Amino acid sequence: MELLKELKKDFRFIEGLKACISCGTCTAICPAAEFRDYDPRMIVESVQNGNEADIEKLLKSDDIWYCGECLSCKTRCPRGNTPGYIVQALRALSIKTGFFIFSEQGRKQLAIKRTVGDHILKYGYCVYIDEIDTGMYPEQGPVWDWLRENRDEVLGKFNTNYNKSGSGTLRQTSEESLGDLKKIFDETGGTERMNLIEEFSRQAANRMGIGFSEGRDDYFMEVYEK
Amino acid sequence: MQSTIKDSAWESYQKHIAEDKYYFARSCIRQNFFPAAEGLFLDIMRNNLEKDIYDDARQTTCTGIAYHSGVIPFETTMGVIARQFSLMTEAGYENFVVSCVTSFGLYTETLETWKEFPEKEKEIREALKRATGRTFELPKNLVHASDLIYKFRKEISSQLKYRLVNNNTGQPLSVVDHIGCHYAKIFPKEGIGGAEFPYVLAGLIDEWGGAQVDYPERRHCCGFGFRQYLLKSNRSYSVSNTKKKLDSMKPYHPDLIIANCPGCTFFLDRWQYVISEMEGKIYGDNGYGIPVLTYEELAGLLLGYDPWDIGLQLHQVAVEPLLDKLGIKYNPDDKYKGSKGKILKLPQPSLLKMY
Repeated sequence: MELLKELKKDFRFIEGLKACISCGTCTAICPAAEFRDYDPRMIVESVQNGNEADIEKLLKSDDIWYCGECLSCKTRCPRGNTPGYIVQALRALSIKTGFFIFSEQGRKQLAIKRTVGDHILKYGYCVYIDEIDTGMYPEQGPVWDWLRENRDEVLGKFNTNYNKSGSGTLRQTSEESLGDLKKIFDETGGTERMNLIEEFSRQAANRMGIGFSEGRDDYFMEVYEK
Repeated sequence: MQSTIKDSAWESYQKHIAEDKYYFARSCIRQNFFPAAEGLFLDIMRNNLEKDIYDDARQTTCTGIAYHSGVIPFETTMGVIARQFSLMTEAGYENFVVSCVTSFGLYTETLETWKEFPEKEKEIREALKRATGRTFELPKNLVHASDLIYKFRKEISSQLKYRLVNNNTGQPLSVVDHIGCHYAKIFPKEGIGGAEFPYVLAGLIDEWGGAQVDYPERRHCCGFGFRQYLLKSNRSYSVSNTKKKLDSMKPYHPDLIIANCPGCTFFLDRWQYVISEMEGKIYGDNGYGIPVLTYEELAGLLLGYDPWDIGLQLHQVAVEPLLDKLGIKYNPDDKYKGSKGKILKLPQPSLLKMY
């Protein structure tokens, strides 16, 4: 597979890379660059140079997974490039080629697929109160434990529609709507990408000798917590 | 002179915000972590401002958190957004209001993408039709929920029972505004005031009697970072960015932080708790943090809604110091009661005072 050719098929890549002058403004404004050994300017320079070996190295690296997609770089680039979009295209190709399992950060995609990705198809939303506890999310704090322990009482007080049919906050999404979401995922590549994440992660788990099945299995906990 | 230029810079970025008749799209994060907020927004729109706003049982997420974490392609997000437009069309509405800032960015991005790449619109229309049999019209007006509160800030002001003024000193309260990155950093012309001088929340502060706090890291990201927060192993990124902002604003002694993005509101609230546990550092006075409210929570509070009826007890940072400054009467014993006044066990106390 010619990697640059593949990248150029992605309209995120087309939009993201005009002509980079390597001024470093993106790196200066980048919240990720401030806290990690991460340099969006170098990523843009690598793909602009078009060297296949360098692009493969990027796809197998942690670097492309450090971006927080705040897109501050889109506002500030004086030449209309968007390093964040280039990173999106690189992440997509890293999953398509299976290169994401070569990096510690890339392997973490499984945990996100099994939380946010699966929640969408189960609840109709990326996040749902029943799935969030202070073991997984300790920063939620005592107020979250209090809400979860008293959720029927408290959510009732606020006139939500928790776990019931109809409209309103935290309602149960209908089977019809969930079915629509699944069919849209099937038609537009969402299901395919989530399946690829599972399949390549299984290969990584086997190679690493870590238990792999579903949900919060050993591999999930490894990539989620460490 | 410089200050005058800066104060008026936002005026060159304006946008059309329709008067009435909106289809409402809920937020994944706001529903869960501030579960009274969207109901309050609808109450203000319907009861205080007498607007027609439709809350559809069939709506879903826009998938934005999954998309920005790399687990689904943009085509899937555009397909789900196309379904939302189809629901709007079917319900007979032409204006679309979004509760979430990430969603607002993605709805805007979808429309902009379809302008730049018309073949993408065709592809998504065909995919939606195959998947669900649905068709749709594009919204005539697309706004974020904070845009509506901004547009009607003067009407709300005329109904306020309290203003952003210290009840004891008569001085304006110092208010930090935090704008979610995806409100205007991606498409500055779609935000009131653009990316550099966003006025969508500052306008509320000015109108309702407070004083804006202009601190060095005012425009810095809260640090959500999507996959950076979602993974326990990556969360140092998130808390570090929020800490950078809190450290930068502390010397200005803010009385309140307001945010228009559900995620930002959550992080600015919860990371104060975490920083207090990790480092013993507390950003407010007398063991309390700096209260963090959404725009509709602030509007509701000043309009006279009871703080415990609009969910302010679900913030980890206690709001009582703010209520005292505003001169709002409240019953502390009601804070952690359930429906019909049922007595519930209090949350575990923490170093950061909750009650």
